[in-house]
Amino acid sequence: MTFHSIGEFLAMGHHGPYVWSAYGITALVLILNIVMPRLARRRYLQSEARRLRREMNA
Amino acid sequence: MKWTFFHKLGSPKWFYEISGRWLPILGWAAVLLILAGTVWGLVFAPQDYQQGNSFRIIYIHVPAAFLAQSGYLLLAIAGVVSLVWKMKLADIALKCAAPVGAWMTFIALVTGSIWGKPTWGTWWVWDARLTSMLILLFLYFGIIALGQAISNRDSSAKACAVLAIVGVINLPIIKYSVEWWNTLHQPATFTLTEKPAMPAQMWLPLLVMVVGFYCFFGAVVLMRMRLEVLRRESRTSWVRTLVEQSIGRGGSA
Repeated sequence: MTFHSIGEFLAMGHHGPYVWSAYGITALVLILNIVMPRLARRRYLQSEARRLRREMNA
Repeated sequence: MKWTFFHKLGSPKWFYEISGRWLPILGWAAVLLILAGTVWGLVFAPQDYQQGNSFRIIYIHVPAAFLAQSGYLLLAIAGVVSLVWKMKLADIALKCAAPVGAWMTFIALVTGSIWGKPTWGTWWVWDARLTSMLILLFLYFGIIALGQAISNRDSSAKACAVLAIVGVINLPIIKYSVEWWNTLHQPATFTLTEKPAMPAQMWLPLLVMVVGFYCFFGAVVLMRMRLEVLRRESRTSWVRTLVEQSIGRGGSA
């Protein structure tokens, strides 16, 4: 363990803003990359299901 | 050598089934490795004697830069396969990996810039390594734009494959940029031939993060590829069956 307290950990020896912004942006991008394809998949399946139902009724 | 697996690779249905088995393994491996590597790198790794704690950015910067380049190499290989064997799955891989690779390049550039401020005193310099990475990002953008601009599927596959293959010349330039030119950027931390110069407490978490990022990249590309396979095969009976099943499960199949 390098740090002695939470405050020290958050401060990162005066480099806090740099370290945390870099990790924050990365986390955001990684989460976006998981969420976007999942949403796209759900939207696609819903629209395809609608299309299939229309075709069955027609 | 049996070539049946190669022909199977051309079958979208086979790919969809096998990737469905691989996806959860890759996905959970990515989550666990990245979480473990982040905690290890942020909390337990000792600080650098010169750079202090800003060096901890290495644990995301280096894996992202690895994936930015490996991702491009994947695009070029997929391009060759798609040109030579006209394999549709290779074109799907190329199209689906491009945006993920672009995001990785984006992470590498942004974290590098943030790291540069406390270390070099500047956010950006037009130095060989940084410039060639920026060119890599534009190559990714070019491939994505080209793929979207051409509506004919065969011409689009051909054009993207050619661009991906031509652009691969940038990869050795990125790799050797720190040796060929005087740059601010430090040389490679990891080489295959030598032991890392940093203590194990520092490079082990980096290794965990690199493997985690590879798993992450694989999982996200598979997710995108599976959707693209469904889109292109929407008229086949197996996709219809799958969609019908998904209605019953609220579209989460």
